[in-house]
Amino acid sequence: MRITCPYCGARDAQEFGYLGDANPQRPDGMDATEAAMHDYVHLRDNPAGRHRELWYHGAGCHAWLVVTRDTRTHAIEAVEVARKTKAGAAA
Amino acid sequence: MSANLRLTRPLTLSLTLTGPPMRYSVFSLLAQTLKGHKGWQPTWRDAVPKPEYDVLVIGGGGHGLATAYYLASRHGIRNVAVIEKGFIGSGNVGRNTTIIRSNYLLPGNTPFYELSMKLWEGLEQDLNYNAMVSQRGVLNLYHSDAQRDAYARRGNAMRLAGVDAELLDREQVRAMVPFLDYENGRFPIQGGLLQKRGGSARHDAVAWGYAHAGDRNGVDIVQNCEVTAISMENGRAVGVETTRGPIRAKKVALAVAGNSSRVAAMAGLRLPIESHVLQAFVSEGVKPLIDTVVTYGAGHFYVSQSDKGGLVFGGDIDGYNSYAQRGNLPVIEDVMESAMALWPGVGRIRMLRHWGGIMDMSMDGSPIIDHTPVAGLYLNAGWCYGGFKATPASGFCFAHLIARDEPHPVAAAYRLDRFATGRVIDEKGVGAQPNLH
Ligand SMILES: [Zn+2]
Repeated sequence: MRITCPYCGARDAQEFGYLGDANPQRPDGMDATEAAMHDYVHLRDNPAGRHRELWYHGAGCHAWLVVTRDTRTHAIEAVEVARKTKAGAAA
Repeated sequence: MSANLRLTRPLTLSLTLTGPPMRYSVFSLLAQTLKGHKGWQPTWRDAVPKPEYDVLVIGGGGHGLATAYYLASRHGIRNVAVIEKGFIGSGNVGRNTTIIRSNYLLPGNTPFYELSMKLWEGLEQDLNYNAMVSQRGVLNLYHSDAQRDAYARRGNAMRLAGVDAELLDREQVRAMVPFLDYENGRFPIQGGLLQKRGGSARHDAVAWGYAHAGDRNGVDIVQNCEVTAISMENGRAVGVETTRGPIRAKKVALAVAGNSSRVAAMAGLRLPIESHVLQAFVSEGVKPLIDTVVTYGAGHFYVSQSDKGGLVFGGDIDGYNSYAQRGNLPVIEDVMESAMALWPGVGRIRMLRHWGGIMDMSMDGSPIIDHTPVAGLYLNAGWCYGGFKATPASGFCFAHLIARDEPHPVAAAYRLDRFATGRVIDEKGVGAQPNLH
C-alpha cells in the first residue's frame, strides 16, 4: 500500500502512522455529556467500504493527512492535508 | 491424539447409514476399516433452514458453533440454528495460528481463559472428535530485568487464580529451546514465563468437532446463508432476513467477530470496535524442530510447528481498518525480521503461505459477551486477535447468557457498557486505540 502525500509524493505506507476514523469530532470537554464523550472516544462506524481516516507522515513531512480509502480493497481514493480539510469534518 | 473408548450406544447403531452422524470410536474405525471405509456418514448435516428457531446463532465460526453446541448439550435448548454466510471453517477459526493458553494478568480475564483451558483439556471426549489438542507449553521470553519483573507479576497473578505458570531463567530456557540466539547483542534472552498446559489445537477440527457434536444434539448448521437484515418488531429482534429467506427466532445471537460492526449496524447499533487485518504465516514442512510455542519478548513474533512440519508464526496486525482478508508487506517484513533476530536458523527455511483474517479490535483489547440494548439480541464480539484460544469458554459463557439471561460468572466483566462506565479491561494499558492492542 502506498499513500501519495500532497507534500512528499507517493510513499510506502510504512512511513505513516495510523490513528483511525477522521469523522468523530471531539466534543468540548467542559460542556460535553459523558455519553457524548463516550461516543467520541469509543464508538466507531467501522464501515466495509469508503473510510475517511487520519494518517501521520512520521518518516516524511510530519503532516497529518486525511486519507479516503476503501477498507475492502485498500484502494486509496483521495489524500488531503488534514489542516486544510478541517480534520474531523464530515466529507 | 485422543482414542475414545467410550461407547454410549450399541456398536450396531454406530454403523447405521441413516439418521444423525455416527459416534466416532476405535470400534467404528475398525468396522469401517473392514468395510473399506465406504460407510462413513457426513460429520454434520448440511441443514435447510426451518421457518423458526428458539435461538438463532449468526456466524458459523468456532464461537458460534460452540455456542450452539453448549446451548443444546448444557441447557437443553435444541431448536437452534447456526447460520453461516460461507462454509464452516472458512473464517477466522481456520485463519488463526492455533495457539491455546490462559496466561492473562487482569482479574476480568484470567478466570475466563482458565475455564477455556479446562474445556480444551476435556474437549475431545466431550465432542467425540479429535481436535489434536496438544499441551506442548507456551513460553514467553523476556529480554530485560523490567520484562522479567512484569512476567513474574503476571505469573504470580496466574498462580493466584489457579493457573499454572513457571518463571524460567536463561539456562532453563536454553535446555528447552537451545537453537535460539541467546547472545543477541541488543535483546539477549534472559529467561521466560512458561505455561506448560498451553499449546495448540488443530483449528479446522475444532470447527468440525463443534459442528459434529452440535448436529448430534439437534443443532441445524446452515451454510451459504448470509444475513441481510435483522427483523425487528416493537423494538425487539425477532429473526433475520437471509439470502435463503426469512428465519424467525425467539433469540438472535451474534458471533461474527471481524464483521460485528456490520451485522450490529443492521439493528441500529454502533460498537466500540474497529475491524483490522491480521496476517499469519506457515513455512515449508521440515522435520521436527520446535516442540513448544515460543513468543519473542522484544518484538511481536511467535512460532510453533504443526504436525505436518510447517513452522506456524505470526506477529502484529497491519494496523489500519480493513475487511480485505489480506495484508501488506511491511508487517511481513517486520515478522521476518523478528524471526531472524530470535532464531537465525529459520533464515534457511522458505515461507510457504501467508494469509489474513479480519479481527474485531475492541477499544480495550478485551471481548464482549453481553446483552445488547435491543431486546432479544445478544452479542459475542471484540475478540481482537485472541479469539481461538477462547473458543470453548466463549461458546460456553455465551450459551449461558442466552439460556439464562444472566452472565456466566467468569464472563461477567465482558459487558458492552464497560466503555461508558470506565470499567475497561485493558491488558496492555494503551487506551482506546485499537491498533495498539
Ligand atoms: Zn509527507
